[in-house]
Amino acid sequence: MLIDWFTVVAQAINFLLLVWLLKRFLYKPILQAIDDREKRIATQLQEAGATKEDAEKERRDFQKKNAEFDQQRDALFSQATAKAQDEGRQQLDKARKEYKTLRAKLQESLREEQHSLSREITDRARQEVFAISRKVLADLADATLEEQIAAVFIRRLLELEGKERKKLVEAFNSAGRPAIVRSAFPLSAAQQAAIGKALKDTLVPKAKVQFETNPEQLSGIELSMNGYKIAWSITDYLASLEKSIAVLLNGKPKAEAEPKTKAGPNQDTDEKND
Amino acid sequence: MRISPDELIFWQYGFIKLNATIVMTWGLMLFLTIGSWLITRRLTREIHIPRWQNILEILVLGIKEQIKEVGLQQPNRYLPFLGTLFLLLVTATLFTILPGYEPPTGSLSTTAALAICVFVAVPVYGIKERGFGGYLRSYLEPAVIMLPFNIISELSRTLALAIRLFGNMMSGAMILAILLTIAPLIFPILMSALGLLTGMVQAYIFSILATVFIAAATGEEAA
Repeated sequence: MLIDWFTVVAQAINFLLLVWLLKRFLYKPILQAIDDREKRIATQLQEAGATKEDAEKERRDFQKKNAEFDQQRDALFSQATAKAQDEGRQQLDKARKEYKTLRAKLQESLREEQHSLSREITDRARQEVFAISRKVLADLADATLEEQIAAVFIRRLLELEGKERKKLVEAFNSAGRPAIVRSAFPLSAAQQAAIGKALKDTLVPKAKVQFETNPEQLSGIELSMNGYKIAWSITDYLASLEKSIAVLLNGKPKAEAEPKTKAGPNQDTDEKND
Repeated sequence: MRISPDELIFWQYGFIKLNATIVMTWGLMLFLTIGSWLITRRLTREIHIPRWQNILEILVLGIKEQIKEVGLQQPNRYLPFLGTLFLLLVTATLFTILPGYEPPTGSLSTTAALAICVFVAVPVYGIKERGFGGYLRSYLEPAVIMLPFNIISELSRTLALAIRLFGNMMSGAMILAILLTIAPLIFPILMSALGLLTGMVQAYIFSILATVFIAAATGEEAA
């Protein structure tokens, strides 16, 4: 007989025992380990995916920030460039203005210097001319010259006509005080008498005259009374000379020459001397 | 000349006897259990695993995949039974390379025991899966008239399982023994290699057929 039934039963039991043993020692732990590992790998993959996602996000953020930074830098750079150009332009303008101002000042001071120089020259020339003239006249104009001056003055008084004469008479009459006759040199008694006689004859018979001497008068005689004045002097000639000198110096008649004439002693006279 | 290792009896007390079949099977059981225990006691759950664990994993996963391919959608439920069947038959064949070893599968008692286990397991799994009524109804399909044929088929396929395995394993050992007497050099080695191959094939066939029967009973077969 090929089949031994005891052995059959024993082998069946052996087999079932082996099934249990292998289930206990092989399948269960192995499958468990595989499952655990798969879970672990899945988790790690998930984590890696999340990390990759994060990294991607970080990268995008970084790129964005980089771009923003570049933009800002460019903007700042162009701003700075524009500002610098602006500043440079302003500085240039300022410098130009300052240059203009300085130039104007320089020109002004040059002009003033020239002006004062010319004025000084004029003054000196005038003074020199006056000094020379005075010396010449002092040398030459002895009694004869002064007498001549007095004579000229008397003739003028006598030649006064119409309106002038009337004005003078009115001034005489309205003034209570005596008329004042100023001269650069002391008038002699005869001259005084002659002037007084001329006044009395031609104008007012009862005119009172007071004589004064003024060296500044420079070889002239002046009659002043109650704001009215009649005079003769060489100052006018000198003013004319001064004008000619100014023309010579500047090449053209200067405006300043005018006030000189006006500042002359006969400024407020009604009548011009010859 | 011995046809079956059953005939080599080491110890006997009444009907209880300790023959070579049982002792060899114990040896295989010890090898499988201790080997598994040695490897699985230090299982790691890390990404990098030891070689032995890798080999075991390949083996277990391969069996699992095979079961799934046949049509059992929940292989973990059938893995211990079918996997053990396959591993026992494979080890029994593999050990034929050791001198003095006689495969327990060369004994009709062993193959019968395994066939009976399959014969019992098929309705057990079928009832577990489909319920008692559901399983019994499968004998009436496709028509009531098929009931006796179904029953005959059930019995005959179990017999066929036992005889097929026994015949192949026994014949392999027998051919080897005969050849050793007439051509003691080289040729037995070739026949031994051929025996290994047929043994492996038979182990595969036995396990696959058991799987197919269970799949048919549970109604989960892919076809």
